[in-house]
Amino acid sequence: MIVSRYYIVKRLSIEVKMKILVPVKRAIDYNVKVRVKPDNSAVDLTNTKMSINPFCEIAVEEAVRLKEKGVATEIVVVSIGDKACQEQIRTALALGADRGIQIDTDAQLDSLQIAKLLQKVVEEESPELVILGKQSIDSDNNQTGQMLAALTGMPQGTFASEVNVDDGKVNVTREIDGGLQTVQLTLPAVVTTDLRLNEPRYASLPNIMKAKRKPLDVKSAADFGVDLTSHVSVIKVTPPPQREGGIKVADVAELVEKLKNEAKVI
Amino acid sequence: MAILVYAEHDNQHLKSETSKLITAAQKMGGDIHLLVAGENVGDIAQDAAKISGVAKVIVADNNAYAHQLAENIADLVLELGKAYSHILAAATTTGKNFMPRVAALLDVAQISDIIDVESDDTFVRPIYAGNAIATVKTSDAIKVVTVRAAAFDAASAEGSAPIENVETVKLAEKSAFVSESLTESERPELTAADVIISGGRGMQNGENFKLLEGIADKLGAAIGASRAAVDAGFVPNDMQVGQTGKIVAPQLYIAVGISGAIQHLAGMKDSKIIVAINKDEEAPIFQVADYGLVGDLFEVLPELESSL
Ligand SMILES: Cc1cc2nc3c(=O)[nH]c(=O)nc-3n(C[C@H](O)[C@H](O)[C@H](O)COP(=O)(O)OP(=O)(O)OC[C@H]3O[C@@H](n4cnc5c(N)ncnc54)[C@H](O)[C@@H]3O)c2cc1C
Repeated sequence: MIVSRYYIVKRLSIEVKMKILVPVKRAIDYNVKVRVKPDNSAVDLTNTKMSINPFCEIAVEEAVRLKEKGVATEIVVVSIGDKACQEQIRTALALGADRGIQIDTDAQLDSLQIAKLLQKVVEEESPELVILGKQSIDSDNNQTGQMLAALTGMPQGTFASEVNVDDGKVNVTREIDGGLQTVQLTLPAVVTTDLRLNEPRYASLPNIMKAKRKPLDVKSAADFGVDLTSHVSVIKVTPPPQREGGIKVADVAELVEKLKNEAKVI
Repeated sequence: MAILVYAEHDNQHLKSETSKLITAAQKMGGDIHLLVAGENVGDIAQDAAKISGVAKVIVADNNAYAHQLAENIADLVLELGKAYSHILAAATTTGKNFMPRVAALLDVAQISDIIDVESDDTFVRPIYAGNAIATVKTSDAIKVVTVRAAAFDAASAEGSAPIENVETVKLAEKSAFVSESLTESERPELTAADVIISGGRGMQNGENFKLLEGIADKLGAAIGASRAAVDAGFVPNDMQVGQTGKIVAPQLYIAVGISGAIQHLAGMKDSKIIVAINKDEEAPIFQVADYGLVGDLFEVLPELESSL
């Protein structure tokens, strides 16, 4: 009798509480054409339009959909950066996340330090699912989700194009070079998003207003007891080699002639 | 100094990325050991042993590695990798999946997607979808690096390295393989092809990709696509070329009905010759094309096929 009651309580507690943690990054807007600083030290971001990294936005959308389906009960967004990244947290709150955490730092952190900070957040928040973008379109590293999974001992489903949560497990369909692969992970788990997972909604004006009143905690990165020193130094950043503009050909005959006799590629 | 290189394969064949990884490893300097992990990979190991510059092939043949699950592969590479100065894998969906785990568990940074090697600790990599090129130096004792294979030439196949088996079995309990749907094609792989013809939103539907097939057959080309064509369901995801798809650098890349968004260019602008076929003469793709043909693809493609 006692055993079965325990069983019911346990099942209930699984079903009523499922928290999703969504780390988001403030990044250059994907429409902006980047310029390298003349001194070749970095990319010039002064007065550049910044947005939520597109893959992170897809992660927020997926979490919101899981909440709308009744699978998730709470969505916590976390961003690591200076005060400016509160803007991206507010964007995520406007899309439907419940509360935000800003981990305040001015330092340029690499994926490893980000993953270590997120590990601490995972320890504090105990989410059942962490959904992250597979890469950010600035550093193009594609590392943080995998590192977080490794550090926390959670299983990982990367480059997801479909996510199904059922009975303590999540099935993740992954976009791989040869096609698609589906893996099953025991919760808690880490999922990273690919482009085709969903199409994020636009935040409505009332939801943008509501987002302003949702809770946003600010914590200092220094308080987490994580070594934030980067192991990587940037020697220089240069523009890519520019391609010489080519020519227009008049018709197919000229194209084939050029490819055969000038370029010699067919 | 010794370098552990993770061999890219699909359990049937060694992939062309592997011999390009060896070239990248040679630029770092040191003995090169090539790890082949998978199930029934005996033949693959034989081929791996032939790559010039490989000092030893290490084979981990077990069902645990059959589907390249990140948790299992990372634990294997972690255990073997501690003895090395560098650990390299291709920046494919396999390498991208497990390598950051290895880095995190070694407490080192990962250097992703390198396109050149300046020295044993300094590497060159594209950032911002290839709109900037960063040279970075790592202070870590073990360098964990993924390599953009398209940026390196293949090492030749004149070697005969010894093959050694390891019995280490790493089997994670919290993740399991369920299923796979792999695209079958008689054509060369995108990342290995000398010629690629890609279609974009301008193709209008999947059926019209047949117009590319006849040309691909004649040129021995692989067929690629833009994200818009994949999103619209014309063709499967593994055909996407770009920042988030495959990075290619063939001798000839023909872009058909593709506008040339920066994210697409990120995946193909290092091709030797680029041809653009587009009805809009203002399309940005023409700015990177060696030969541009302004015209309606539905007229141009049949004519091109018959004149090859
Ligand atoms: C985070 C992020 C990542 C991305 N990653 C990628 C990626 O990896 N790869 C990628 O490709 N995109 C990627 N994109 C999308 C990219 O921004 C573009 O939306 C996409 O490349 C456009 O595809 P397209 O050129 O086929 O379509 P469009 O831009 O719609 O262009 C269609 C072209 O076809 C031409 N056309 C139409 N009809 C004809 C005809 N009858 N004859 C001749 N020409 C015709 C038109 O003139 C037009 O130039 C990404 C976007 C984001 C935000």
